[in-house]
Amino acid sequence: MIILQTEQLTKQFGKLIAVNHVDISVQRGEIFGLLGPNGAGKTTMLKMFTTLLSPSFGTVKISGFDIVKQPNKVRQIIGYVPQMLSADGTLTGYENLLIFAKIYDLPAKTREKRIWELLELMNLKDSANFLVRTYSGGMIRRLEIAQSLLHQPHILFLDEPTVGLDPIARQTVWDRIIHLSKEYDLTIILTTHYMEEAENLCTHLAIMHLGKVVAQGTQKELKKSAGDPDMSMDKVFSHYAGAEIEIGGNIHGLREISETRQTARRLG
Amino acid sequence: MDSEKFQKQDKQQEDLDNWKKWPIINFITKTLVITELEIRKLKHDPTELISRVIQPIMWLLIFGEVLAHARAIPTGHMSYLAFMAPGVLAQSVLFVSIFYGIAVIWERDLGIVYKFLSSPAPRTSLVLGKAISAGIRGFSQAIIVYILALLLKIPLNLNIWALLGVLIFILLGAIIFSTFSLIIACIVKVRERFMGIGQLLTMPLFFASNAIYPIAIMPRWLQIFSHVNPLTYEIDAIRHLMVLNAPSVYGLGKDFGVLLLASIIIVWIGSKIYPNIAT
Repeated sequence: MIILQTEQLTKQFGKLIAVNHVDISVQRGEIFGLLGPNGAGKTTMLKMFTTLLSPSFGTVKISGFDIVKQPNKVRQIIGYVPQMLSADGTLTGYENLLIFAKIYDLPAKTREKRIWELLELMNLKDSANFLVRTYSGGMIRRLEIAQSLLHQPHILFLDEPTVGLDPIARQTVWDRIIHLSKEYDLTIILTTHYMEEAENLCTHLAIMHLGKVVAQGTQKELKKSAGDPDMSMDKVFSHYAGAEIEIGGNIHGLREISETRQTARRLG
Repeated sequence: MDSEKFQKQDKQQEDLDNWKKWPIINFITKTLVITELEIRKLKHDPTELISRVIQPIMWLLIFGEVLAHARAIPTGHMSYLAFMAPGVLAQSVLFVSIFYGIAVIWERDLGIVYKFLSSPAPRTSLVLGKAISAGIRGFSQAIIVYILALLLKIPLNLNIWALLGVLIFILLGAIIFSTFSLIIACIVKVRERFMGIGQLLTMPLFFASNAIYPIAIMPRWLQIFSHVNPLTYEIDAIRHLMVLNAPSVYGLGKDFGVLLLASIIIVWIGSKIYPNIAT
C-alpha cells in the first residue's frame, strides 16, 4: 500500500530550485531514506511533507490526503522530528509529552498510560521528571521520537535524526528506529547525509543531488543497477550523483547544520 | 504499547469526545494548552519574573518622585505619583510583551515552532495561547506595582471587581503588544534585527501615550498618534480602575471596545503570518 506519493514536486526560493520535479513513492512499513549532501533539498522536502512549506509546483499525497488541500488531515496522521534538538529544555521530559498529548487530543483517560508507555519504549522512564536541559543529545532525540508517536501517526518524518550525536547515542537512536519499524510496522521517512546511517537503517533509499532524486530503490537494487552488487553505498552515491557526498552544500543547508550544532552545544 | 487495545479504547472515547471536535471548543482547549505550556515554563524558572521588578521600581521611585516634586505636569486633583503608577504598570506589561517576538525567534532556532506548526492545533490558538501567557507574566507586574503604590501611599481602589478589571485590561494590552511583536518576529526572523526593532517600537508607544503625562499637554501631531495607540486606552482604563476617584477620559466601555477589537484584529493577522516563521 502506497502511503506517500509525490508527483513532480518542486520548491523554488527565488532563483534557487531547492527541490526539482521529484517523484517518489513510499510503501507502508518502509524505512525510506532521503540521502544526499547538505543543500541537496532533503529538509525542504520534509518541510513540504509536514505542511510547513507549500510546493511551488506538483503534489504530495499522504495516506490519500493532499498536503495543500487537506493540511489538517495530513497533520493528524504524521509525526515529525525536526533536525534541531527541539524538545523544550525548560520543561521536564514528561511535560514535553503531556503538552503534545493535549495538542493531539489524546483522551484524558488513556493519556497518562500512553505517555508512560512511550517513555519506557524510549528508555526514558527514569529521567521523565528531570528538566530536558539536563538530558544528553541522544536522550533528547529519543524524547522527541516519543513525542512524535503520541497520536499513533501513520508515518514518521525524521530530519537528520542523528546529526550532532556521538556514536553511542547514534546507536541507541538507530536501535529505537529499527524497533519501531519492526514491532509496529510504522512507516518512517528520514533524511541523512551519513552513508552508515543509510546502510544500517533504510530499507529503501532515494539519492538526492542538487534538488533532484537521481535514483531510488532498495539498497540491493541501487547497487545492482550501479553495476556491482558488492559496491559500498559511498560508491553507489557517487555513481548516481557524480560527486562525493562531502562535496556540495549551499549556504542554506550549512546554516541549518550549524544551528543544530549550536543547539546541541547549548543543551549540553 | 498495545496499539490494538488503544484503538479500541479510543473508539469508545470517540463518541464521548465528539463535542470536543467543534471548532470553537477545539480553539479554546488548544489555546489553553499553549497557555499551560508557558505557565509550566514559568513555574520551573520564575527568575525571569523577579528580574522584572527593577524597572517599575526605578520609574516610580526615581522618575515619579522627582517629577512629583517638580509639580511640572498638570494631573488635576490626582497626585503625580497616583497619575503615573497605572502608566508604569501598563509600561511594564508593554515591555514584557514587546519582547515576546524574541521567544518566537528563539523557538524557531530551536525547532520547537516546527513541531507546533506541523500539528493540527489551530494557528490562532498557537498565537493567542502565547499572547495570553504574556498577560499572565504581566499580572506579576501588577503585583509589584500595587505593592509599590501602597508603600508610596497612593490611594488605590482595592475592590475585587476593580482589581479584576485591571487584570482584564492588562491581559488585553499584553495580547495586543505581544502579538504585534510576534508579527514583527515572523517578518524579520533574526534575533539581532528584532532586538533593534523592539527598542525602536517601545519608546514611541510609551511616550505617545497618557502613561506619564496627560494627552492634553501634548503637541497636536502627538495627540493624533496617541489616539490610535492602544496603550492610551489601556492606561485610561487601568488608571480609572486602579486609583480611587480617578476619572476615565474615554469611558471604560470605549476603552474595552477599542482594545477588544484591536486584539481580535491583531491575533487574526498574527495567525495568518505565524506559519511564515517556519519558512
